[in-house]
Amino acid sequence: MNRRLLLFVPLAAVAAGGTAFFAMLQREQRGTFDPRAVPSMLIGKRVPAFTLYGLTDADLRGPLLVNFFASWCAPCVEEAPILMDLHRAGVKLIGIAYKDKPAATDAFLARRGNPFTRLARDEPGRVAIDWGVTGVPETYLIDPAGVVRWRWAGALTPEVVTAELQPMLRKYA
Amino acid sequence: MIPELGHFALALGVALGFAQAIVPLWGAQRRDLRMMQAAPALALGQFLALGISFGSLVWSGVTSDFSVLTVAENTNSLEPLIYKITGSWGNHEGSILFWCLILTLCGAAVAEFGDALPTSLRARVIGVLGLAGVGFELFALLESDPFARLMPAPIDGRDMNPLLQDPGLAMHPPILYIGYVGFAVPFAFAVAALLEGRIDAAWGRWVRPWTLAAWCFLTGGIALGSWWAYYELGWGGFWFWDPVENASLLPWLTGTALLHSALVVEKREALKVWTVLLAIGTFSLSLSGTFLVRSGILNSVHSFANDPARGVFILALLGLVIGGSLLLFALRAPVLAASGVFAPISREGGLVLNNILLCSIAAVVLTGTMYPLFADLLLGEKLSVGAPFFNATVFPLAVPLFAAMAVGPALSWKRADLGPALQKLWWAALVAALVGAGAATLTSLLPALVFAASAWLILGAAADLAVRVRLFRIPLGASLRRLGGLPRGSFGTTLAHAGLGITIAGIAGMSLAQSSIVLLKPGETTHLDGYDWQLETLHDAAGPNYAARVATIRISRDGRTVVTLAPERRSFPVQQITTTEAKISTNLLRDLYAVLGEERDGGAVLRLHVNPLAPWIWLGALVMAAGGIVSLADRRLRVGAPTRRTAAVPAE
Repeated sequence: MNRRLLLFVPLAAVAAGGTAFFAMLQREQRGTFDPRAVPSMLIGKRVPAFTLYGLTDADLRGPLLVNFFASWCAPCVEEAPILMDLHRAGVKLIGIAYKDKPAATDAFLARRGNPFTRLARDEPGRVAIDWGVTGVPETYLIDPAGVVRWRWAGALTPEVVTAELQPMLRKYA
Repeated sequence: MIPELGHFALALGVALGFAQAIVPLWGAQRRDLRMMQAAPALALGQFLALGISFGSLVWSGVTSDFSVLTVAENTNSLEPLIYKITGSWGNHEGSILFWCLILTLCGAAVAEFGDALPTSLRARVIGVLGLAGVGFELFALLESDPFARLMPAPIDGRDMNPLLQDPGLAMHPPILYIGYVGFAVPFAFAVAALLEGRIDAAWGRWVRPWTLAAWCFLTGGIALGSWWAYYELGWGGFWFWDPVENASLLPWLTGTALLHSALVVEKREALKVWTVLLAIGTFSLSLSGTFLVRSGILNSVHSFANDPARGVFILALLGLVIGGSLLLFALRAPVLAASGVFAPISREGGLVLNNILLCSIAAVVLTGTMYPLFADLLLGEKLSVGAPFFNATVFPLAVPLFAAMAVGPALSWKRADLGPALQKLWWAALVAALVGAGAATLTSLLPALVFAASAWLILGAAADLAVRVRLFRIPLGASLRRLGGLPRGSFGTTLAHAGLGITIAGIAGMSLAQSSIVLLKPGETTHLDGYDWQLETLHDAAGPNYAARVATIRISRDGRTVVTLAPERRSFPVQQITTTEAKISTNLLRDLYAVLGEERDGGAVLRLHVNPLAPWIWLGALVMAAGGIVSLADRRLRVGAPTRRTAAVPAE
């Protein structure tokens, strides 16, 4: 290669890198790029086998949402009214209380409203490990065949519901 | 009032910075002596303005003026005084202002110590530093104002992140920043040389002390950070290949390469274009490191003040500084013709090998750090690159580097023979081989290889020194006199190379570390690596701004008490964070390390480690930095005295 052109290589490399960073920042601002997010390994796979009192994997035939929550988790309080709205809109919700005392869970649901058609308790948190739950709250969409189609880590917000959840719900209805 | 003074001083700094950038650079272009001679005064003025500005911020912190937003968010009235001071740079706004202060300090230092420089070169160096300074000061003023007021002022502050409330970390950022920003001076020299269109041996001599000074601070800063991670984070490790750690390692690697290639420019007038590129690249990596930490793009424990809007401003700033200098490089570098030719087996040949290997390691680390981001952006793939990748790629490059490092200083300039050089080192090679073989019986192949490399480096440095003073060939007294007469620069090389040997011995030693996690009730004992660890008591204690739970662990060997450690778990009520205070007892050959975890069933979970040679990691870094400082003492004579050059050239 021409020696003079070679001297432009560092500039070109930096320009390419800078453009990529600019794209990352733009998409981060729009919320479509999150370098911190860890994707769920379950997407496109069947729900892992489990048995809790009153709920097994065989019961999960969608479309439905499985919500891991706990009475001790602040974002779950924030999320509660959104789950109630989904419940009123006819979405089937199944709650799994994660590492929570039954009395505390019941008090939480009595106070914030109970959006769940079924409730199971995962007090030791073992089922959550099989699901790869990163924290509470975390929500999974299960399709009619029992396959996980979508996951949201953290509290659901109205934006997430309209932009992501509702299209998925329509698709797997 | 004081914060407003600081704010005004910062604005004044921007104005002076503009003058410092425009007047000398324009003057140098027009060959106007008066304009060029304005540079030192402007640089000192800007430093003064930033000094007043930063001083006001520290004052607001010390007097707990919670009407200042950064003070309210990052300090607390109960905090010890030292953390009220360090709180000034322990947050985004303050650290940017601190950056600017150091940058102006660099400009002032060039103004103060650069009397021997040609007027036009000095004017251009100071002008370039002023230009960079203006960019960061504007960022501080417009996008992250450290003096923003809070109305109404809160009664008390939100306290500093408890992890940062630590004497070691109090000093880590300033030292690291001085290292990062210090590379602005070689950068400015490189850009000035491109503008001048001329690089000669004198340029190499002038740029080296600045590079060396920045390198010493960066070495110290990285070591302090790694030491802090070792004892404060309580994971028992010292280096995690975390993106932010890598961001500090990258300029260190290229800066080390720059240190060596500038030597070739000075002695042989070769590698000019490469050296200029390294100087630009090293400062660019320092800048990018800061950008990546602040933009929140990199996934790291260190990230703070994540704000994409700020990220765009910094990105534009970086684009101007890095892109502008590289454009200048592409256009002007052909002017800098090399005049020296050199043989592959020679001192300069060895230094080229050093550059190739160091830059390859830097390229590998850069790839490993950035690949996950680019894979996410372009392919939508989530992956993480961790220690296995870095260990597998850095190690094969580091081994030839270690092997060549001991030989390099023994070679002469221009043309050398490998035979005699290796002959000087025969006993070092023999001992290194024995150490390696001995270590191989204790541990696996890789650490054994590193132990051998460590012995090779330390003894190779000693052998080189022994040959220079003709130890055992002439009477001991005469050898000692020769030792006193050696140029400090060669002492520096010996120390720095031996220091790296000590560090890698520590790293290899950590591979022999033993650890265990146990649940003990008070009075119970566990065994680890020949030591008996007895949990004596669990009790509560109170600190100035935290409450602590303390475990006392008595460690004994063969029935004799070695030491009693008292690791703590501290809860900070204001920030609602719990930190672990690991406790370490060292005898310089091994660390006994204890961490207190959660308590249950009347007992406590304890994590216990025995880390052989661990302190050597930081001790070696200290020796490396000391080597740099010793070398610097030699340079100082030469900076101002190019005519004395013949007297100060190392014995060949």
